Amino acid sequence: MSVTLLTDLTVFVLAVLVGFEVISKVPATLHTPLMSGANSIHGIILIGVMIIAGEASTLPEYVLVAVAAAFATANVVGGYLVTDRMLEMFRR
Amino acid sequence: MTTTEVLIRLGYLAAAVCFVLGLHLMNSPATARRGNLVSAAGMALAVVLTCWHLATDRPGATGPIVLAAGVLVGGVAGALLARRVAMTAMPQLVSLFNAVGGGAAALVAVTEYARLADGGVGVRTTVTTLLDVVIGAITFTGSLVAAGKLQGWVTGSPVLFPGRRVVSIALVAVVVAGAVWLFVAPSVAVLVVVIAAAAAFGVAMVLPIGGADMPVVISLLNAFTGTAVAMAGFVLDSTALIIAGALVGASGTILTKLMADAMNRSVVSVLVGGFGTGDGPTAAISATAAVRRTTVDDAALQLAYARRVIVVPGYGLAAAQAQHELSALAELLGSRGVDVRYAIHPVAGRMPGHMNVLLAEANVPYPMLREMDEINPEFPLADVALVVGANDVTNPAARRPGNPVSGMPILDVDKARSVIVIKRSMGHGYAGIDNELYAGDGTSMLFADAKSALADLSAAVKTLVG
Repeated sequence: MSVTLLTDLTVFVLAVLVGFEVISKVPATLHTPLMSGANSIHGIILIGVMIIAGEASTLPEYVLVAVAAAFATANVVGGYLVTDRMLEMFRR
Repeated sequence: MTTTEVLIRLGYLAAAVCFVLGLHLMNSPATARRGNLVSAAGMALAVVLTCWHLATDRPGATGPIVLAAGVLVGGVAGALLARRVAMTAMPQLVSLFNAVGGGAAALVAVTEYARLADGGVGVRTTVTTLLDVVIGAITFTGSLVAAGKLQGWVTGSPVLFPGRRVVSIALVAVVVAGAVWLFVAPSVAVLVVVIAAAAAFGVAMVLPIGGADMPVVISLLNAFTGTAVAMAGFVLDSTALIIAGALVGASGTILTKLMADAMNRSVVSVLVGGFGTGDGPTAAISATAAVRRTTVDDAALQLAYARRVIVVPGYGLAAAQAQHELSALAELLGSRGVDVRYAIHPVAGRMPGHMNVLLAEANVPYPMLREMDEINPEFPLADVALVVGANDVTNPAARRPGNPVSGMPILDVDKARSVIVIKRSMGHGYAGIDNELYAGDGTSMLFADAKSALADLSAAVKTLVG
């Protein structure tokens, strides 16, 4: 097991724990926006797509990059917009 | 490590902090919108940093052009969907975003694997790629089927094709065999077979699950996508992906547990499937004779002269698109000095917290929305509990052992001084049993469509008591 893998694993486990801690405090009222907001966060895969786009060099790779980029961007843009639309409606 | 690399890595750290902070601000409706903006800012920062990173060490132009084209298409599609979707269709949209997120995560790992395959692939990459593509592919197809069921494109009833257990087991066997093969001899072709089997498994997994179990399924698939993204982070050695994926994985896991508990089901029993039929059949008029009926006028008087009213909305309300009529009635009663609250059961709706969004859309102020544990002690003080489109979550039978709803957390509606239930028929809820609340002493039934009944009630209150 390399040092990088161990470091990544440490980060992963700690982030899961932070996630449990932060999210268990969210009231049920906000669970739908929470899930939609968390959805937007997994759109971070977009930066993964960007990294592989930089390394791509064959046609199949380009096709995969284009599809993945469309998927990930729809996830990010749509996710944040719709979450904002929902939260805007919550008023006193 | 060059200065640029250090700066970029620190920037990713800042983005991760934004995500945690953004989720933290979601703990109150007053700060939640700001939280979403903070999270979006973190995402923008991560994207800008990655552009910078690409610019510093990338001479090729084709990749970025292809990338930009994909980004443009996806961005426009995402924005249009987000603007146009109806709030009742939110579970489908979340499922769809789950699908594309999981799909993108799987594609990233495949592309990276294909690039590395010629030069030999290490154990670490093999393990994380496999986890990523398997979870990502299951999420992709599973979420699409879930979205189809919610949208009504795929039947909401459990689809129980013969031999489905055998098919599922065979698909798992293919995935496992393919995985073992990849440790011995790296091969893109075998990886594609594994993905195809995982994708088929995703379909086979969600098809047998009934529409009413969707809150659990969506939450679970949300957790899956998060995990797939974190695995992509391992493949690419990107801390930002690992942290963001882990946060989403945790969030999905918590919500899955909450939803399963609130529905009195274990996650395993949901996944085994074959239970629940969606919105519940409207046949079976078994106990009609035993219940007391009421009229719109009587119910209107009862509500107008009450001091405290607790409204119990269920999915039937949303299905009838009656949340605006309900909000108008509550506002009218409020203006007459009646103290109106809403009791929200955790599974009211088609995804966690769905009912709150629907009522917020109908301009119900969120301080009026009360969670189950908070409102239950208040039912004995309520003069009238108005139940609209909720069934099993109000059934007192849940307090006794030995029936399908036993142990399910319920709203203590039967403890209110009187109860009015607006319902189209005596049809059963999702659990398929009679609701003992309907036969209770203080209960009267108003058999009508929720939307027109609520509008009629408002009109009757106005004409009868001014």
